[in-house]
Amino acid sequence: MPSLRDLRRRIKSIKNTQQITKAMKAVSAAKMRRAQEQVLAARPYARRLREVLGRVAAAAGDVKHPLLEVREPRKVAYVLITADRGLCGGFNANLIRTTMQALREAAGAQVSLVCVGRKGRDFFRRRGYNIVQSYVRLGETIRVAQAREIAGFVMEKYAAGEFDEVYLVFSEFVNVLVQRPKIVKLLPVETPEESENGKKPGRVEYIFEPSAEDVLARLLPMYVENMVFHALLESKASEHSARMTAMDNATKNAEELIAKLTLSMNKARQTAITKEILEVVSGAAALE
Amino acid sequence: MTEKTQRLEIVTPERKVYSGDVRFVVVPGVEGELGFLPHHAPLVSALDIGVMRVQEENRTFKVAISGGFVEVRNNRVVVLARTAEREDEIDRERALAAKARAEERLKARTPDIDIVRAELALKRALARLKAVS
Repeated sequence: MPSLRDLRRRIKSIKNTQQITKAMKAVSAAKMRRAQEQVLAARPYARRLREVLGRVAAAAGDVKHPLLEVREPRKVAYVLITADRGLCGGFNANLIRTTMQALREAAGAQVSLVCVGRKGRDFFRRRGYNIVQSYVRLGETIRVAQAREIAGFVMEKYAAGEFDEVYLVFSEFVNVLVQRPKIVKLLPVETPEESENGKKPGRVEYIFEPSAEDVLARLLPMYVENMVFHALLESKASEHSARMTAMDNATKNAEELIAKLTLSMNKARQTAITKEILEVVSGAAALE
Repeated sequence: MTEKTQRLEIVTPERKVYSGDVRFVVVPGVEGELGFLPHHAPLVSALDIGVMRVQEENRTFKVAISGGFVEVRNNRVVVLARTAEREDEIDRERALAAKARAEERLKARTPDIDIVRAELALKRALARLKAVS
């Protein structure tokens, strides 16, 4: 049985930890709200861009472009988006597990990794995977320029034939309680086919300025950039909500633990008092 | 929507900048300015860095954009811009500073600077200044 002093010490230390988890939960909640707003604000553009690209691709017909070129997937790259920090439940672990599985399935191909976020990079670096590029410490607010840099890097490699296929692994923000790891194909670009109501877009005879090829050549990189940007935003929102949930659980666990320890502390104290009284009484009895 | 107006939407990756019914829009196309009146034929064009002019029912305003696309279809003009700022959102001091910085770089022409980038920065700054003037 632990002594009274040990119990007191433990309760105090758990209380301190609880304060930290509580504070982290509040911070994550605020950051999550901001990240969520950013995701929502980015949606109209993403939707319009998809629609326009779908219609333009349909209207442009069989236009050739390096980013549309389908090749035998011998060299496959994965862009893995994780958090820079831990203490967010299974968030990073889930993403890493999803990636590992994809890597196993892609056995045979030459695999490269592009890691965004420290957690994923550290994991795969320790295990000696081929990390061709990594981006860490992207900060709280995701900028379009950051997405552009990452997208630019993989597009360059793709055009140079160093990657035959590029996949994006990120966490989809379903709601505050659910975040789902997701893998999407980034390159070659698969032009979107459904329009806003799920129907195939009617073919529109556009006037292209300067030309269909030129418009498509500019639209495709923008589309890829936007996919990366969107994935970064979703992951950020997921990370914060995962951390918030994890910290909420930690706070509750601490509460429970404190209650249990307080009970055993009181018991220990009572036992000690009883023992002391007994000693006094038996001491007095011995004198008589 | 009456006969004399068309729907205009300006969106950037970060936010929706404008959405409303307008009479007339001018955008900086890569091959010169393009103006759209209501019921324009379907068109897709790449956009340059420059200034958009928007004419609403009873006011006009300008928007500085730095490249992107415009799609016109079904009496609807959608501008997908990399960045877009309405004239009342532009920070004049910042644009002036950016202009000075870009000019400085272009004048120095040291080999370690990216001339294309500096030129683009200058162009963006000038577009912003033009929109506020």
